[in-house]
Amino acid sequence: MDLNYTAQDVAFRQQVRAYLEENLPQDLQLKVRNHKRLSKDDYVRWHKMLARQGWVAPAWPVEYGGTGWNPVQRHIWEEECGRAGTPPILPFGVNMVAPVIMAFGNEAQKRHYLPRILNCDDWWCQGYSEPGAGSDLASLKTRAERMGDHYIVNGQKTWTTLGQYADMMFCLVRTDAGARKQEGISFLLIDMNTPGITVRPIIMLDEEHEVNEVFLDNVKVPLENLIGQENKGWTYAKYLLGHERTGIAAVGRSKHELLFLKQIALQQQKNGKPLLDDPVFASKVATLEIELMALEVTVLRVVSQEGSERGPGPEASLLKVKGTEIQQMLTELMLEAVGPYGMPFDPAYLEGQHAHSVAQDDDAAPLASYYFNFRKTSIYGGSNEIQKSIITQMILGL
Amino acid sequence: MDFSLTQEQQQLSDTVRRWVDKDYTFEQRKAIVQSDQGISAAAWSAMAELGLTALPIPEAQGGFNGGAIDMLVVMQELGRGLVIEPYLATVLGAEFLKRAGGHDDVLQQVAAGERKLACALGEKQSRHDQFDLKASARAQGDGFVLNGVKTVVLHGAQTDALIVSARSSGAQRDTDGISLFVVPADAPGVTRTDYRTIDCQRAADITLHDVWVPACALLGKPETGWDLLDAVADYGAALLCAEAIGALDAINAATLEYVKTRQQFGVPIGKFQALQHRMAEMFMQLELARSMAMLAAAKLDCADAQERRRTVSAAKARVGQALKFIGQQAIQLHGGMGVTNELPAAHYFKRLTMIELTLGDTDHHLARFIAQPGFKAVTAAD
Repeated sequence: MDLNYTAQDVAFRQQVRAYLEENLPQDLQLKVRNHKRLSKDDYVRWHKMLARQGWVAPAWPVEYGGTGWNPVQRHIWEEECGRAGTPPILPFGVNMVAPVIMAFGNEAQKRHYLPRILNCDDWWCQGYSEPGAGSDLASLKTRAERMGDHYIVNGQKTWTTLGQYADMMFCLVRTDAGARKQEGISFLLIDMNTPGITVRPIIMLDEEHEVNEVFLDNVKVPLENLIGQENKGWTYAKYLLGHERTGIAAVGRSKHELLFLKQIALQQQKNGKPLLDDPVFASKVATLEIELMALEVTVLRVVSQEGSERGPGPEASLLKVKGTEIQQMLTELMLEAVGPYGMPFDPAYLEGQHAHSVAQDDDAAPLASYYFNFRKTSIYGGSNEIQKSIITQMILGL
Repeated sequence: MDFSLTQEQQQLSDTVRRWVDKDYTFEQRKAIVQSDQGISAAAWSAMAELGLTALPIPEAQGGFNGGAIDMLVVMQELGRGLVIEPYLATVLGAEFLKRAGGHDDVLQQVAAGERKLACALGEKQSRHDQFDLKASARAQGDGFVLNGVKTVVLHGAQTDALIVSARSSGAQRDTDGISLFVVPADAPGVTRTDYRTIDCQRAADITLHDVWVPACALLGKPETGWDLLDAVADYGAALLCAEAIGALDAINAATLEYVKTRQQFGVPIGKFQALQHRMAEMFMQLELARSMAMLAAAKLDCADAQERRRTVSAAKARVGQALKFIGQQAIQLHGGMGVTNELPAAHYFKRLTMIELTLGDTDHHLARFIAQPGFKAVTAAD
């Protein structure tokens, strides 16, 4: 047992850190570090920069444009991105639909879509959840009927993250209404510009337009946009969800947020002393820091056992649950730290429309929004209750 | 980055487990608990034969010079086996001697299984602060005279020699002025009151009344014992974390087995989601605690004492939270059977709860973690 990084790991860290220090645009870094909202252009700009560097899809096989990094190196990369304050690479193309296309798509689909995903030529969104199909995803009702050389799709998708910008949607549809609920599902790629698609915003509790409803009304989808076999979509959907959970522990980002929490807790005063000197508050921060240390070692235990080709197994559920609990506690303590100064709400500042917040406290201004926004983390990507059920079945055998 | 055990460590683990399964069963342990001594000479011989007493001792004194990870492996298995022999007490005593230098004869005897040690550190007022000492050491002639009362000394009455902390100078709560001694348990003026602890181990209150020891009984230099005491207490806390992980593995396995077999409403109770999600949380708590126990062991010999303190305190605090949650929930899931003294689960719960009270509880280590300079650093460490 040796819990130190190898000399190669250390050198790798230096290499990627140097790249980030040199290349991460400062305006993006400031937006991320100051918890402001990112625009479409922000995401695309960073994605394309990494694509040029060849680092946008580290987990992909090298033949498709992956980096060949081992799991520990990929972890270091994620940690360094968190440390530097990079915008995230959105998962819908790179981490979600791409692995499905690689595993189950035909040659033409691979040739067409994978380079476009790598280069962010298409903005992808996810067509999984429906009003009546959340955790019970397989009860989805959107249906696709075969008519000659295309399908006709009718139904409604929801919680479509950043779907307002999307060019393409990967979508689960019911192609056999008579089959058992997991068996009549197919996996379609749908061009968002097709007539019959309406995207309607859902405003979340932080008043941000981050997710959408997508209505599909007699939408024509060419047969060649079917992935794999008709009615086998559930298998592909589960494969995708396995990939979605990797990296969800977000240790690097949380480590950076912990430092930010301490910074504001040193600036804020309580009883004439820094808040971080208050034993009650300090014990909450310390408990959280220790939890993050424990999660980091646990992540390293998982990734150091992981083969280069496959993602983690059901233990990824542990990383999702504990990673999101930590992220949420960080946002909770940040808001608690700024106290009443977290109350002024200035969305125009969060959108970058003016340089300073209306109440002139730029650190505090985003923290209430941030807290409310992060309540999603224990719900998305398979709710934390679903993750516990996965642990129950796959690890405990109950 | 490598979390795997070496082949030798894996063999060591298997060997200890086989011995426990065969010769230290729950029933055999019960007989030892009920004996006058409260420990087993036969078990101690077996542990010596397996190499456990020699494991942490340097090669020069007949040991195997085992490191923290080797000890982690052993303590996990002893935790799983609910072993109540004075192993931790002896190993900690030996660690004092090893780090202080000298006393090779005692270390040789420990390695051979011929001598057991205990550490008389705590006092009535000191709680978890090992520096809070009223016991005194006064230089006299070619030696020292010790006076004071030491409380809840683990296996204090089952051992041949005691490591004693006492104050040579300074105020009661100073870290300066502390001296450490090795004292024969039968020295004139030593009185031991032996009792059971609720987890079936033994401990003693020890009175030192004008106990004279020769100058060679001093460990290291006089009045500068704090760094040694602090470092050995960290070693002990890390070993307790490892023991707790073994016990937690066992209590989680026992609980899982119970909910799979116990039937109510016509189904195993493990079919109920309220219980399933509790078990999932117990699993996650254990894995996070295990990570911290590994990290503490890995950092024990860290050259940077602050880093060692920070990591060990983080581990003891995290393991403390896990053992409380898992222990309480394991009893709850065992229902009425859980609150009897019949099942191993109850005994794991009791041992785990006593581990929390030994060498600093969760709150103590949380406060110590906060007190380390690193806590207020706001720039990223590498």
